[in-house]
Amino acid sequence: MCLKSVEGIVLVVGDNVDTDAIVPGRYLTLTDTRELGKHALEGLDPSIPGKLKERNLIVAGRNFGCGSSREHAVLALLGAGVKAVVAESFARIFYRNAINRGLLVVEAPGVSQKVSDGDRLVIDLESGVVVLASGETLPFKPIAREVLEIIEAGGLIERLRKELQYGRG
Amino acid sequence: MVNVAMDSLTAKILARASGRDRVEVGETVVATVDKVMIHDVTGPITLDLIDNLNARIPKPESLYIFLDHYSPSPSIPASGIHRRFRIFARTNGVINFFDVGEGVCHQVMVEGIVKPGEVVVGADSHTTTYGALAAFSTGIGSSEAAYAILTGRLWFKVPEPLYVRLDGALPSYASGKDIILSVLGILGQEGANYKALEFAGPGLRTLSMSDRLTVANMSVECGAKNAIFPLDEVTLDYVREFNTPIDLSSLSYLRTAKVESPHLTLDLSTLEPMVAKPHSPANVAPVPSVEGVSIDAAFIGSCTNGRYEDLLAAARILKGRRVSKDVRLIVTPASKRVLMRALQDGLIKMLLDAGAVVTPPSCGACFGGHLGVVGDDEVIISSSNRNFVGRMGSPKAKIYLASPVTVAASALEGCVTDPRRYLG
Repeated sequence: MCLKSVEGIVLVVGDNVDTDAIVPGRYLTLTDTRELGKHALEGLDPSIPGKLKERNLIVAGRNFGCGSSREHAVLALLGAGVKAVVAESFARIFYRNAINRGLLVVEAPGVSQKVSDGDRLVIDLESGVVVLASGETLPFKPIAREVLEIIEAGGLIERLRKELQYGRG
Repeated sequence: MVNVAMDSLTAKILARASGRDRVEVGETVVATVDKVMIHDVTGPITLDLIDNLNARIPKPESLYIFLDHYSPSPSIPASGIHRRFRIFARTNGVINFFDVGEGVCHQVMVEGIVKPGEVVVGADSHTTTYGALAAFSTGIGSSEAAYAILTGRLWFKVPEPLYVRLDGALPSYASGKDIILSVLGILGQEGANYKALEFAGPGLRTLSMSDRLTVANMSVECGAKNAIFPLDEVTLDYVREFNTPIDLSSLSYLRTAKVESPHLTLDLSTLEPMVAKPHSPANVAPVPSVEGVSIDAAFIGSCTNGRYEDLLAAARILKGRRVSKDVRLIVTPASKRVLMRALQDGLIKMLLDAGAVVTPPSCGACFGGHLGVVGDDEVIISSSNRNFVGRMGSPKAKIYLASPVTVAASALEGCVTDPRRYLG
């Protein structure tokens, strides 16, 4: 993997943040990443999009991204400058969408209890740990091989571009 | 010799679609996808990616496109999206193109398109619906839809099965919605995350296809990757009704489902009418415990409960009565076929006479798009699938989810009402 670590300032959200909260239905005619970014997590709290300029890591509770399959949710987070989401667990479709679009998503059980809003956090991909503000480290679940292959290809569509050019290899 | 009969229906279909005799839970397989569905919300991103790759669609006949979320278009941006789809369909030879008014994708897909045993993916989370027909179907993102459209295949991790056994007979006042709400209440919002919900047991024969479609549809609300029902006489009657061409001899492997040592058992005969309170579909309670909560609006529609059977059940309660003057009741048939049948059988007149507003087929109010958006501080009871904050409009609104008969009874009274008051 080319990415070795990701560092940033944390915005903390709770359990079961659904994709309607990440991008409310009224914005679904948008597809531009930057435009969607202006509304990221607006359904949860209208003040969040303004905060995401300085907070670029999201720490979430369980089941982040549940509900609708809208890929707009991932695009909005990317458009708002979010570099990664660290959660107790992710909902299935959101997790796949994030991988396919190159948004780093790691599952670190216990993280939501140990991080506060505004903390600095490092995701160390080589060691497989999250480094907390206190210096304490928290291991995250290893990323599956199939998932790594997609990330390494630069996302699903880049992988597809290569397959279409060179045939299935 | 491997005892394949012990495998889940999902594993058996994924084995067939990936050219294998058998697959293990947890392994990743690349399966041939029989059909791909996209619509006017998730599809524009898919079209962007296909355009960007400048690729030709190898099998346009496997692609199903629906203009259903904004149907007909309520805004200039939505009209722009629709125009783009029409041009795309024309230039790429997409014959399975369903323009505004044809119906909600999931309903039309089960009106003679999806066949038992198929692998179908859709860029919509409620694609789980088709499992009612003993198919493997699941929701994917827009990028994965582009991948499946251009390659005809997709990778799947074989999901761990979660077996639900249904015993007893479904009471006349209850329906698929009460079953799935009960399941959600037990499992919680991520209780089946990544898993395959498989329904079986002697109670199945009392479930109509309409009930099964509702159950499979909302299985995604506890995180399930897919939901599946075995093939039985109810499936075959339904498939015949829609003249779906099937080769029965190749489908016998879908008839046997596991009923021993299930993870969860429900006795249908003791089922009460259920409701999901704000703001989660898993925040479930029996209707009697919520009776009396005032409502401003009521909605009957969506891919979950907008079928003919749902309109019929509601009409039985509403016939000859009037909706409360404090409530607006919006009814959105899920497809043109549903609307036509309800029209021919007099249900639409019955609903209008009772004071309902009947809209054209659309996803409409369910996702807060149009045709009945709720405002600040309003309370709505809805036969749809999600009651997240802001789902049907204002983030300050409250949404209760319930079956069509519970919604109808509540619309009459102006507050959440047990439908048993109006049924026999």
